[in-house]
Amino acid sequence: MSGFLVGSLGIYTEQLWLLYFGYGFLGGIGLGIGYISPVSTLIKWFPDRPGLATGMAIMGFGGGALIASPLSRQLMNWYDPGYDPAVVGTVPSGNAVAGLFLTLGLIYLVFMMFGAFIIRVPAADWRPDGFDPASVKSKSLVTTENVSANNAIKTPQFWLLWTVLFCNVTAGIGILEQAAPMIQDFFRNGETSTVLAATAAGFVGLLSLFNMAGRFVWSSTSDFIGRKPIYMVYLGVGLVLYVLLATIGSTAIWIFVLLAAVIISFYGGGFATVPAYLRDLFGTYQVGAIHGRLLTAWAAAGVVGPLIINGVLDSRGTPGQLVAGDYRPALFIMVGLLAVGFIANLLIKPVAEKYWEPKTTDVPTAAAAPERSTVR
Amino acid sequence: MSTPASTSTDQQPSHTPTGLIAFAWALVGIPLAYGLYNTVKAASALFGA
Repeated sequence: MSGFLVGSLGIYTEQLWLLYFGYGFLGGIGLGIGYISPVSTLIKWFPDRPGLATGMAIMGFGGGALIASPLSRQLMNWYDPGYDPAVVGTVPSGNAVAGLFLTLGLIYLVFMMFGAFIIRVPAADWRPDGFDPASVKSKSLVTTENVSANNAIKTPQFWLLWTVLFCNVTAGIGILEQAAPMIQDFFRNGETSTVLAATAAGFVGLLSLFNMAGRFVWSSTSDFIGRKPIYMVYLGVGLVLYVLLATIGSTAIWIFVLLAAVIISFYGGGFATVPAYLRDLFGTYQVGAIHGRLLTAWAAAGVVGPLIINGVLDSRGTPGQLVAGDYRPALFIMVGLLAVGFIANLLIKPVAEKYWEPKTTDVPTAAAAPERSTVR
Repeated sequence: MSTPASTSTDQQPSHTPTGLIAFAWALVGIPLAYGLYNTVKAASALFGA
């Protein structure tokens, strides 16, 4: 909220640094805090269905784009009637964008204050009806022990999962980053494409829908088939789909859309399932803090993904004026990344006992003094 | 870090008012329906609708 308000002030006063500071720096910090807190809280409310819980929370995060995109276009059209989002090439005025930032900041303030008002962390002895904590012990990768955030980052499991998330997100960004020009280029006939710009925008919307749905559906599925197998699907099947996209993706629009949609659903699923995977490996003790550290993989992928795809495409020409074949090298790089992630996931084993918190540790007490444990 | 709602083990269960639950669902449901409607409308152009 503060980020939007400061960013809005930056646009009104034409101070670019204030926009970067508000929307980029303050907004980025708020985004991270707002992302992790509900996830770690929900995991504690649903010890029997952590995948469902994290899927719900992270689906909300992905679903925000579905709402904010059309709402932003509508608001900018209200603030600057000369701007028509349906007409390619029209640009809103600075004041319209500043007004948009201000409005979104106030809307988010109301929503988030309501969320903060009603959210509760469950009591330490909370159990859903009919849930037997002993049942989770039967799954080999699911621990009933707890590992602190400081110890977690010393384990190979943390860095293997970091690699898994990095590869999964980088591959997903490969499509998301260039979705609109990509679908036009895949169906280009000489100078013109059979896919119009407005239709390409619809494709981007469809991807965000599958991104959101994948977060809920796949993460919930992981409660039944296990976290490691679901990542084998995200990365292994995703790899095959990427190969198909690179080879037969340009034969029909429906094939291209179907392949891209499923790939993006895996991308969303990979995001949503990772907190539950962390809970399985490290327990609930500091899962929010561990999740925060793991999300550096997301940040790294956000830099590397566009660098790869833009680097390859720039060497071929200008996106929006290319053909399907120009995308193949970038797509096959993504295939390689998914293969690396697949192997990293296969290598994940239960966390060694030396990293566990002492048995005498009372979890609620430990939560009040989270940094006191070290590797023994 | 957040604190537990209660550290007492003999805590009485509390019941959330139905109106508050309905309001909370409406608060997220209405914007989501708006977003879904707009997305599906835009995406339908892909399939010539």
